[in-house]
Amino acid sequence: MPTLNMLQAINQALDIAMAEDEKVLCFGEDVGGFGGVFRATSHLQERYGKARCFNTPLVEQGIIGFANGLAAQGSVPVAEIQFADYIFPAFDQIVNETAKFRYRSGDLFNVGGLTIRAPYGGGISGGLYHSQSPEAYFAHTPGLKVVIPRNPYEAKGLLLASIRDPDPVIFFEPKRLYRASTGEVPEEDYQLPIGEAEITREGTDVTLLGWGAQMEVIDKAVELAEKDGISCEVIDLRTLLPWDEDTVAESVLKTGRLVVTHEAPQTGGFAGEVAAAIQERCFLYLESPIMRVTGLDTPFPLTLEKEYMPDHLKIHEAIRASVNY
Amino acid sequence: MTTTADIHEPKFMAGDEFSIPTFRLLTQDGTLHEGAEAPELDRDKARHIYHAMVATRVLDERMMAAQRQGRLSFYMQCTGEEAAVVGATAALDDADMIMAQYREQGALVYRGFTFDEFMNQLFGNELDYGKGRQMPIHYGSRKLHYMTISSPLGTQIPQATGYAYGQKLAGDGLCTTVFFGEGAASEGDFHAALNMAAVHKVPVIFFCRNNGYAISTPSIEQFAADGVAPRAFGYRMHVIRVDGNDVLAVYQATQQARRLAVEQNQPVLIEAMTYRLAAHSSSDDPSGYRSKKEEEAWREKDPILRLQRWLIARDWWSDDEEKALQESLRREVLETMKRAEKRPPPPLDSMITDVYADVTPALQRQLDALKSHIRQYPEAYPKGARSLDPDVTRRDDNADKGES
Repeated sequence: MPTLNMLQAINQALDIAMAEDEKVLCFGEDVGGFGGVFRATSHLQERYGKARCFNTPLVEQGIIGFANGLAAQGSVPVAEIQFADYIFPAFDQIVNETAKFRYRSGDLFNVGGLTIRAPYGGGISGGLYHSQSPEAYFAHTPGLKVVIPRNPYEAKGLLLASIRDPDPVIFFEPKRLYRASTGEVPEEDYQLPIGEAEITREGTDVTLLGWGAQMEVIDKAVELAEKDGISCEVIDLRTLLPWDEDTVAESVLKTGRLVVTHEAPQTGGFAGEVAAAIQERCFLYLESPIMRVTGLDTPFPLTLEKEYMPDHLKIHEAIRASVNY
Repeated sequence: MTTTADIHEPKFMAGDEFSIPTFRLLTQDGTLHEGAEAPELDRDKARHIYHAMVATRVLDERMMAAQRQGRLSFYMQCTGEEAAVVGATAALDDADMIMAQYREQGALVYRGFTFDEFMNQLFGNELDYGKGRQMPIHYGSRKLHYMTISSPLGTQIPQATGYAYGQKLAGDGLCTTVFFGEGAASEGDFHAALNMAAVHKVPVIFFCRNNGYAISTPSIEQFAADGVAPRAFGYRMHVIRVDGNDVLAVYQATQQARRLAVEQNQPVLIEAMTYRLAAHSSSDDPSGYRSKKEEEAWREKDPILRLQRWLIARDWWSDDEEKALQESLRREVLETMKRAEKRPPPPLDSMITDVYADVTPALQRQLDALKSHIRQYPEAYPKGARSLDPDVTRRDDNADKGES
């Protein structure tokens, strides 16, 4: 099986989707001939022509509004927002339009064909505006699906599933892992399920939950914890909306402990939603409070980025605190 | 207000009715175009402008090299656009507000931002006014009336309209100039800003650096119209297109735009035609989307050389002065860079200040937890631990004196 990095896996997924269905279009800023600033759309214009893969003017609200219209017409747009930090001019189109298209028309019209791709996350010396993890804003919006892959294999399978999903999907890509994460990826077409979490490691003492780039960080923390003799169960949530409560609850019923981690600030972060739902379902089984390891409640810093990040040492400390509570 | 003329046959207008000329004064060999007159510009001011353009070029070249050596995380050059940025700034009152996009370091150089100040921001050290929070080139200076840069494109344009409206109410005879690229002019914020400025008669100058590219996207894929300038008609706004590599033309156009803005509360759009000679940023490689030949053609229109020739022809500049200036600037860049690199990072406490006017109890708790974590693993957080050390030392000293 060939070894690919995450960008190559994403590129392959787009290639397969465009080859299979001529209704699939890829567009965004610098997406055309150049293939995107990260090169996720490399060679797609060559292969499928300028009508199906193209540069847009520099206007995010326009990109998503245009994509909403295309999707309503029956096309399958895969719109790229160059950085998740720059998605906010399109917030109105996403929150008030994309998310509510089907509901408000009684399903006369929908934009289910739409997929929005955007690189997110820190760890690349990007400061305030090239580091944010805005998933919680969108996870607060019924009608959207929010999907975040952790490695190349997941990226390809989840992106193909997102493009073919009957609902609009925001697909956040962990840009820190674009080239850093490599792994075996089947050449053929395959899909991974949306709305299903995955247990990536079984254990008995404590459940660790994350998504995207945090999964790698969790794995490092778990290595440290296992040396302490703590058995960790690790879950990749994969889809934040709608999220797989059952898999998480079943795990916590077994371990009695839960640590949730994300890069985004703590207050209003998605970990809070997980904690609330899981305490409702597992209250009498909990051995310790559900813990959150997150970014600080500040904008994303630059010089002190390392201090800000919810790294493996902070997660390791939270695991210990949870087990020794 | 709409016009009242009626027609009784459908007759469409295609926009070709608007043909916008380009204002030029200086040829590339440093002489004036036929029929052109140089603006009123004395020797000292002309040399100040030239000095700022050269200093910007030298700073950019050295700092891009430093980025390539791994000394700096990121950099963006103004190269090729010095005349547009410095020429416009020179035409303003030094107390006028400037809201830049991110490629306008020449404006700061002209207003006297020191190389030390540049370097402190670039290296995000304890003396950076922005406290090491933003990526390199996100400068700001309250004393030089230069709003701190924000990366999201176009957001500063309507803010400039608002700022200038406040200036108008304050009645201090000042205006705001906002810089942006032709790519950012596609953002919705651009349209909102121009419309509001025209409706509310705001003393603001919209200065578009049409440098041909938004990262890889050529302006031909950015708009179908004849550049950005014709949009002004849609808002009933004054507009001029100027050769952005001709510093005399930029200077004079901006000077007169300022008069319209400040004396008549008329917003103005200036479209400066120029070229981004360098990459978009240190993260970009233009060889993937444009030819060397195209770049060479623009290198021959170098705005600095053009002004230099004009100055030399007037005997306001000499080769010896050029050599001395280049050497002293290069030396100064290296010295200030070394100083800035050695300075410590901002203290840990700066992580939670300025989120609000006052630190909230929740943030204080988060910082306290972070500090105890860093005390446990100081080697994993060298920057954070560095600012904790004095605390530890002080406590030890106190213990020695029996005061704790």
